[in-house]
Amino acid sequence: MTAAESSPNLLLAAREVDYHLGGRKILDRVNLQVHSGEIVTLVGPNGAGKTTLLKVLLGIHPSHPPQVWRKPGIRLGYVPQNISVDSVLPLTVSRFLKLGRESMGAIMETLELTGVVHLHDAPVHGLSGGEFKRMVLARAMLGRPDVLVLDEPVQGVDYAGEIELYRLIGTLRDRFGWGVLLVSHDLHIVMGATDRVVCLNHHVCCTGKPDHVSNHPEFKELFGDHVVKSLALYHHRHRCDDHGEHVTLKRESPI
Amino acid sequence: MADFMLLSWLAGLGVAAVSGPLGCFVVWRRMAYFGDTMAHGGLLGVAMGLMLHANLTLGVVVVSCVIALVLLPLQRRQAFASDTLLGILSHGTLSLGLVVLGFMSEVRIDLMGYLFGDILAVSMADVIGIVLGGGVVLSILARLWNPLLLMTIHEDLARAEGVPVDRIHLIFMLLIALVIAMTMKIVGILLVTSMLIIPAAAARNLVRSPEAMALFGALIGMLSVSLGLAASFYWDTPSGPSIVVAAMVIFISSLLIPQK
Repeated sequence: MTAAESSPNLLLAAREVDYHLGGRKILDRVNLQVHSGEIVTLVGPNGAGKTTLLKVLLGIHPSHPPQVWRKPGIRLGYVPQNISVDSVLPLTVSRFLKLGRESMGAIMETLELTGVVHLHDAPVHGLSGGEFKRMVLARAMLGRPDVLVLDEPVQGVDYAGEIELYRLIGTLRDRFGWGVLLVSHDLHIVMGATDRVVCLNHHVCCTGKPDHVSNHPEFKELFGDHVVKSLALYHHRHRCDDHGEHVTLKRESPI
Repeated sequence: MADFMLLSWLAGLGVAAVSGPLGCFVVWRRMAYFGDTMAHGGLLGVAMGLMLHANLTLGVVVVSCVIALVLLPLQRRQAFASDTLLGILSHGTLSLGLVVLGFMSEVRIDLMGYLFGDILAVSMADVIGIVLGGGVVLSILARLWNPLLLMTIHEDLARAEGVPVDRIHLIFMLLIALVIAMTMKIVGILLVTSMLIIPAAAARNLVRSPEAMALFGALIGMLSVSLGLAASFYWDTPSGPSIVVAAMVIFISSLLIPQK
């Protein structure tokens, strides 16, 4: 066990994860750590292996030999990327949450936390993108997770809804002390609402505080100069309001 | 009413009680054509059963399961579109069944009965088999209900929550094969899928929960069997197709109700 893994705050770690699919190497010796109370964001181009990495960490894709370390006894909550419910399947919001053993009281409480309690009796297929994601988030929270894993949580959500949703995830993290691992495309919002960024393109290109990562040459190469410049601009504006604490680093793994 | 009508009616009710709830999953998982393919393979199962002097129902279950097991990896490989593969296996196995039966000139079978059902030839043993088999299928389905529902909504989410997805999938295929073997007697190989999907689809607009859809699917199936058999009795129409027509009429009427 390395020094980092003896840290009592470490919840979930990928250690030198290699993953092949159909003869192609999707993940190449990927290392990643999630600590309690920390929001780690995975960024990278399409097809970089972000979703695959999440699935390996969640045990959906088993790795042989095991390359994933979980703190014994921890629970993971999962908000998948492409989840939808066909209208031919009649399902209300509370029934969607009740696919396990959860009590109605816990369900209502969780829906309250994610702000969709008024929709508990609404049919799932009538929800907006943002409402749907909040429902899926509530379902993931019901299992009282230690680590919450979210794959593109804002996909299909409008811009205002995106900011709201990230803020909600941040608030809930503060309240419950979860480790949060999320995948996102939207660099602008991510950079403001995350503790540590991991830039993935089959291998880990760079990792660190948002500021550090956005200045990294490999990051600039992956996302292009214009994106990086607009990020800098965004940061500048973002810091002018009182959200400066968003980019403060909670804890960085010892190097 | 004659005794044989009573037996037919009981057998039909038993089959409908099972095919309604199971059919909901066929509809939710978009497996109508998949079920059809498994059913068409049933004729090959009948032919094999006759050839090997084995139980015909067993033959149908075995061949349907084999088809499902062959299909799953083929679909995953995605060299051909799913419907192409299903079409090939569906018509291929049906034709193979007919060809094999053609070779057995010494056996005289009622081919129309297998293809379109012969509910009026149902025996007491058939009814007992349907009640026992149906009871087994329903109790397994009830046990697997929540994990199967979660898998239907999102397979990876189910996996992440520890649902043994592959195992449940296999059991589900086996249940479909069993129901196909039971339903074959009532409406025949070519119409089996209709008993799975039409009552379930007709129930959709009446309900707000998956469980209610299963219950109403069963009830609508039972109503279809009753109406179809009554028509068959009074107007001398073919029983299997009459049941399917009754189910279709109920489905069309259900469209008048706005979806809940």
